[in-house]
Amino acid sequence: MNAIAALSPYASVLGKSNIERHTLSVLVDNEPGVLARVVGLFSGRGYNIESLTVAEVAHGEHLSRITIVTTGTPEVIEQISHQLERIVPIHKVTDLSMQDRVIERELAMIKVHGTGEHRSEALRLSEAFRAKVIDATIESFIFELTGSSAKIDDFVELMRPIGLVEVSRTGVAAITRGAKGM
Amino acid sequence: MSKQMTGAEMIVEALKDQGVDTVFGYPGGAVLPIYDALFQQNAVGHVLVRHEQGAAHAAEGYARSTGKVGVLLVTSGPGATNAITGLTDALLDSIPLVCLTGQVPTHLIGSDAFQECDTVGITRHCTKHNYLVRSIEDLPRILHEAFYVARSGRPGPVVVDLPKDVQFASGLYQGPLNIQHKTYQPRLKGDAERIREAVAMMAKAKRPVIYSGGGVINSGPQASKLLRDLVALTGFPITSTLMGLGAYPASGDNWLGMLGMHGTYEANHTMHDCDLMIAVGARFDDRITGRLDAFSPGSKKIHIDIDPSSINKNVKVDLAIVGDCAHVLEDMIGVWRAEGCKADEAALGAWWKQIDHWRARKSLAYRASKTTIKPQYAVQRLYELTKDRDTYITTEVGQHQMWAAQHYHFEEPNRWMTSGGLGTMGYGLPAAIGTQMAHPKSLVIDIAGEASILMNMQEMSTAVQYRLPVKIFILNNEYMGMVRQWQELLHGGRYSESYSAALPDFVKLAEAYGGKGIRCSDPADLDRAILEMIDYPGPVIFDCVVSKEENCFPMIPSGKAHNEMILAELSDDAGVEIGSIIDEKGKMLV
Repeated sequence: MNAIAALSPYASVLGKSNIERHTLSVLVDNEPGVLARVVGLFSGRGYNIESLTVAEVAHGEHLSRITIVTTGTPEVIEQISHQLERIVPIHKVTDLSMQDRVIERELAMIKVHGTGEHRSEALRLSEAFRAKVIDATIESFIFELTGSSAKIDDFVELMRPIGLVEVSRTGVAAITRGAKGM
Repeated sequence: MSKQMTGAEMIVEALKDQGVDTVFGYPGGAVLPIYDALFQQNAVGHVLVRHEQGAAHAAEGYARSTGKVGVLLVTSGPGATNAITGLTDALLDSIPLVCLTGQVPTHLIGSDAFQECDTVGITRHCTKHNYLVRSIEDLPRILHEAFYVARSGRPGPVVVDLPKDVQFASGLYQGPLNIQHKTYQPRLKGDAERIREAVAMMAKAKRPVIYSGGGVINSGPQASKLLRDLVALTGFPITSTLMGLGAYPASGDNWLGMLGMHGTYEANHTMHDCDLMIAVGARFDDRITGRLDAFSPGSKKIHIDIDPSSINKNVKVDLAIVGDCAHVLEDMIGVWRAEGCKADEAALGAWWKQIDHWRARKSLAYRASKTTIKPQYAVQRLYELTKDRDTYITTEVGQHQMWAAQHYHFEEPNRWMTSGGLGTMGYGLPAAIGTQMAHPKSLVIDIAGEASILMNMQEMSTAVQYRLPVKIFILNNEYMGMVRQWQELLHGGRYSESYSAALPDFVKLAEAYGGKGIRCSDPADLDRAILEMIDYPGPVIFDCVVSKEENCFPMIPSGKAHNEMILAELSDDAGVEIGSIIDEKGKMLV
């Protein structure tokens, strides 16, 4: 994953020590190929993508919002924002992590297999995490859980010894608090 | 102004409306309707190249020498893929191009049809922007948008992929007037507060230098004029990148010569020791900076660039001004005058004294010869014999390119067409063709190497067909000279595959194409031969046989700093093992 590793001697002066995690919100024209442009930029320039979500947010204006969680030094993060701004159909790039108050949420569906004590333990834990049961059989549950990525990570780790089968996650969606838009 | 017409007619109409007089191209199945529309009018001319890469470089030469958008027209599949190198070249050097590619009809897209390729997918990474036109309704808007995107902001290549059914379809054409781009609005004016701050830093500077680049040329002739005004006003020394040559005249008093890997000793030392660097339309490329952590360590840096992503990309700067060079320079001069700023004369005097000391090293000097033509001498004589004419120079890539940059001196912008960022061998001849098309009466010379020229030699045929009197001046050392030089420096002189074996007889080759061939190997005969070339009214291949193992100096070895240059005199010292100068880390670099 860590593509900014010091493959080039030039990287050494850019410093690899202070890697930060940032969430970028990108408003784009929903036209063919726009996602490929964004993803291609990351792969072509060796940036990381930890999570990426995209969906149309204004049908009339054909606007989509892409939320990208990326890691890098502050210099690399600044570059990523500016490189994204060069893409012609991109309206706006906001580094939400530079804002004071940002809300990040992710949705996960978690399938757990188990009977007896395992089954009731899974249910108890799901209540503690405020997960919803969206499917059940005699020997399985599917939980729906919304929250920060860390919360989902925690829940998934707890389910692992109980009988985790599989997880499907949406990736992070993010927005700033308060009345103002991006 | 809207009219009913076919897609192919719209394309020609849009070219006219965008002021295009020449298109470089090659026909094929998927662009036949466009060629048919071209056939039935006279406003837009067409130059038939011999390979689509040639079309792209010709369009670049046209664009670079005029400041207008260059246009190429190629067919689907191999037509498009052959153009890729030229598009990438234009992207790296910020050259405005519109590339029209044919495409299989929309209902066949994705079926691996004959001569189908995913053109927008392939060109996404080597264009500023690209479009696949899916319906006739979108065509006029996209065509005009393509020109707007290509020339606005930091210029670059734009591909418009045109399925054949869209070319045949009928629709309503719209002129360029009422088309406004919704997202792409680059900033031209620099931030006033930052400009004031920059001027204050300049007025206080003791050891300033202006480092200008291709952005000044791209901004237009006004930017070059303003750059000259600023230099005159401040008395600051000025150097330039390869791409920026001509923005400030080489005969100007404050000119230090080109900087960077093969720049002058004085330019690089001035950059290294300055206390204020003003970068104007330049991007701190690795050929310029050398070792980054030793790059101009004691200076404050101001960076003027239209592209925000250029700022802090390679070198962290103290003050960034995002805007078009001409706008920002104009405002800087305005503030400098309005606030009655004066450069620190005493400090500047001492600084110039130091610079003169570096200049005295005469870093471009070489050992002259009475028996063989030295490549530097050949460029010097070419310069002396053409400088008073209306001359445009293009180059291929390699040693000859660097010698041309060092020894040919440019007084005006847009006179120097070279492949800087991508370093594309084979650029020079098609670029010369494009330049000659734009300037039919001028003298256009491609300073070439014998290896590079063979990469697009077929375009000689184009030159002959259109009676374009381009002059191909080959510095023939029978080596891929720069590769050979690096093998000498880095790989113990093991010249792996860098010898130009089985070369054609360039004189006969010229004649075979229907041009004129001249060979010269005697320094005493060189002037006469060059004049013969200039006076010949058609295309000429000049085979200038030069000394074989000349190295291009001065040079910042890989992984070294500006003040660690190798000079030619050092390389002549018997005791110095040049190969030992570059360390292991440096060998990793290109």
